[in-house]
Amino acid sequence: MTIYKTTKYILLLVGSLMLNITWADDGSLFMLVGNCMGCHGPNGVSLGPATPNIAGMNPSTFVKAMEEFRDEERPSTVMRHIAKGYSDEDFQTMADYFVKQAFIPYQQTVDADKVKKGAKLHQKYCQKCHTNSVHTIVGSTNLAGQWMLYLQFTLVDIYTGVRDMPIRVLQIVENMVQLEGIESVDNLIHFYASQTEHK
Amino acid sequence: MITRRNFIKIATGITAAGLSGCSNFSIATAKKRVIVIGGGAGGATAAKYIRQVDPSIDVTLIEKNRYYYTCFMSSSVLSGERKIDSIKFSYDGLIKRGIKVVHHLAVGIDPITKTVTTQNGDIFYYDRLIVSPGIDFKWDTIEGYDKTIAKTIPHAWDSGYQTITLRKQLEAMKDGGTVIITVPHKPFRCHPAPFGRASEMAQYLKQHKPKSKILILDANEKFAQQKLFIQGWKKLYGYGTDNSLIEWYPFSDGGGEVVQVDAKERAIYVGPFEDQHQADVINVIPAQKAGKIAFTADLVDETGWCPVNQKTFESKRHKDIHVIGDACIASPMARSAYAANSQAKVCAVAVVKALQGEEMGTPSYLNACYSIVGKDYGISVAAVYRLEGDKIKWIRGAGGLSPMDASAEVRKREMYYAHSWFKNITYDMFR
Ligand SMILES: Cc1cc2nc3c(=O)[nH]c(=O)nc-3n(C[C@H](O)[C@H](O)[C@H](O)COP(=O)(O)OP(=O)(O)OC[C@H]3O[C@@H](n4cnc5c(N)ncnc54)[C@H](O)[C@@H]3O)c2cc1C
Repeated sequence: MTIYKTTKYILLLVGSLMLNITWADDGSLFMLVGNCMGCHGPNGVSLGPATPNIAGMNPSTFVKAMEEFRDEERPSTVMRHIAKGYSDEDFQTMADYFVKQAFIPYQQTVDADKVKKGAKLHQKYCQKCHTNSVHTIVGSTNLAGQWMLYLQFTLVDIYTGVRDMPIRVLQIVENMVQLEGIESVDNLIHFYASQTEHK
Repeated sequence: MITRRNFIKIATGITAAGLSGCSNFSIATAKKRVIVIGGGAGGATAAKYIRQVDPSIDVTLIEKNRYYYTCFMSSSVLSGERKIDSIKFSYDGLIKRGIKVVHHLAVGIDPITKTVTTQNGDIFYYDRLIVSPGIDFKWDTIEGYDKTIAKTIPHAWDSGYQTITLRKQLEAMKDGGTVIITVPHKPFRCHPAPFGRASEMAQYLKQHKPKSKILILDANEKFAQQKLFIQGWKKLYGYGTDNSLIEWYPFSDGGGEVVQVDAKERAIYVGPFEDQHQADVINVIPAQKAGKIAFTADLVDETGWCPVNQKTFESKRHKDIHVIGDACIASPMARSAYAANSQAKVCAVAVVKALQGEEMGTPSYLNACYSIVGKDYGISVAAVYRLEGDKIKWIRGAGGLSPMDASAEVRKREMYYAHSWFKNITYDMFR
């Protein structure tokens, strides 16, 4: 099941989505979250493969991520600087905004064979927490339909210990790589990227 | 300056507006009119968001060119990593959003009658005007350099044709040739960019013409992200050795302002002693000031840039006219596309709220800027700002550079993030 879709498809969707922005308030909200969109795309729907899609992101995960960036507990390029510029209240405001935005996955080219293998790996190692691989579940980030390059960054960081994770998560990833080989990481990435139908 | 021809245009405009309600000249209707001059990083963003937030506002964008070529990522055209078409944007996206796009040069602004005149003689009325014209060059500071000479000795500080010319010259240069980049005194558009450009040129030369050299003659003593650039140059281009692809000369040591260009000899004269330099490819980046229309319309002060209320970006010199982007004085914010985009959003709110007769909320400003130093090698700078009193202030601690001595993986990611950013920010501006 290889998925090919043109860029146009997503641009159209995003285009129509953008029209929903209004400022019911005094514009403060827009001026705050508008700054995120330069890198994270319209309403958090990233069009670039390295920057994660943050539309529809679970709010507590969002806030936690910002706190970790601020406290430099999570690897990043610019986020460790940027997160320091906002209050806890700002984090919450941003989180509440982005969770309301529709997550529009980018149709990426995936390898059908890897997707199949990845599905099995997901079932075996990840599903217990990342139910259905759907992005909306509590405690999960947007995994399904997320950018492959970003998923790769994240998994590599977890596996190499660059990113501090609960020991349980690290063990699962290490365990998976040991038993299934390093290519299992790639297979998982292809699987998640293929999950563009959100339930 | 209402000529007979224009008067007729305006008059017919009124009638048309009465019928359709969507003319530029809709003075007879209650529709509020916003005009934006300059469809670049700042102006395109402002036009888009004003229209989106309040579709009852009539937004007209006056932009002299049919296509916008970004300066940002133009250095990747010089390295050959990108084709020029990947940095070319049309205004169709904005037109689809209901913005009227007029491709003419704005030549006059009358703050009393609240009108803008374009070169072809058309007159446009506004309730609020946003001016985002970018930069102009201080041509008269360099003897023998002007727009015509710039066709063969490019500045490429405007993108498009200039960028293509510079790329072609690099391609035509022999292995072992010399490239000179001159850096004007600060402030100028995008302080790290001359060094990003040198880097990306070196990336190309390293692969195709490794015996060549790039000399950077700087009118300043220091440059943006200097340590990071130099660390990258040492790693990638042998900086500091005899075989270095890049050599940098600060003001006090062989650098300086360009005082003269001799196009026939392909020579430039630089610094207080007017040292002569010849090279195969010369890239003169002249000293800068706000875009021309800002001068014509009396929006600049003695610095050559436009003083504004930093909350609303309304000009301190003329009411109901806002200036954003490179042309405005928003320090400590950099002159960058991200900064212009961020200012445009704040300005859009200010304009809409003013037209609605309401108070605007708390502004928030951001800048993030990536530079590509070489293959799989990027660096960045970011900063968050807020309003304190009536000034934009950097939020202490909320900003900084990529770390020194970072791993190859980190540098590679910054390169990917740079291109990702470009996709998203250009969508935010033009789509
Ligand atoms: C080599 C280089 C690399 C750069 N890299 C980056 C980067 O990586 N990241 C970053 O954030 N920034 C970067 N920048 C800076 C960025 O390009 C500028 O800061 C940004 O374009 C400023 O936006 P602006 O709206 O002020 O001006 P511009 O984007 O220049 O837009 C001005 C527009 O107004 C039009 N115009 C001007 N006068 C008139 C008139 N009278 N009538 C009609 N139209 C008019 C022009 O045609 C133009 O389209 C770089 C710049 C350079 C030169």
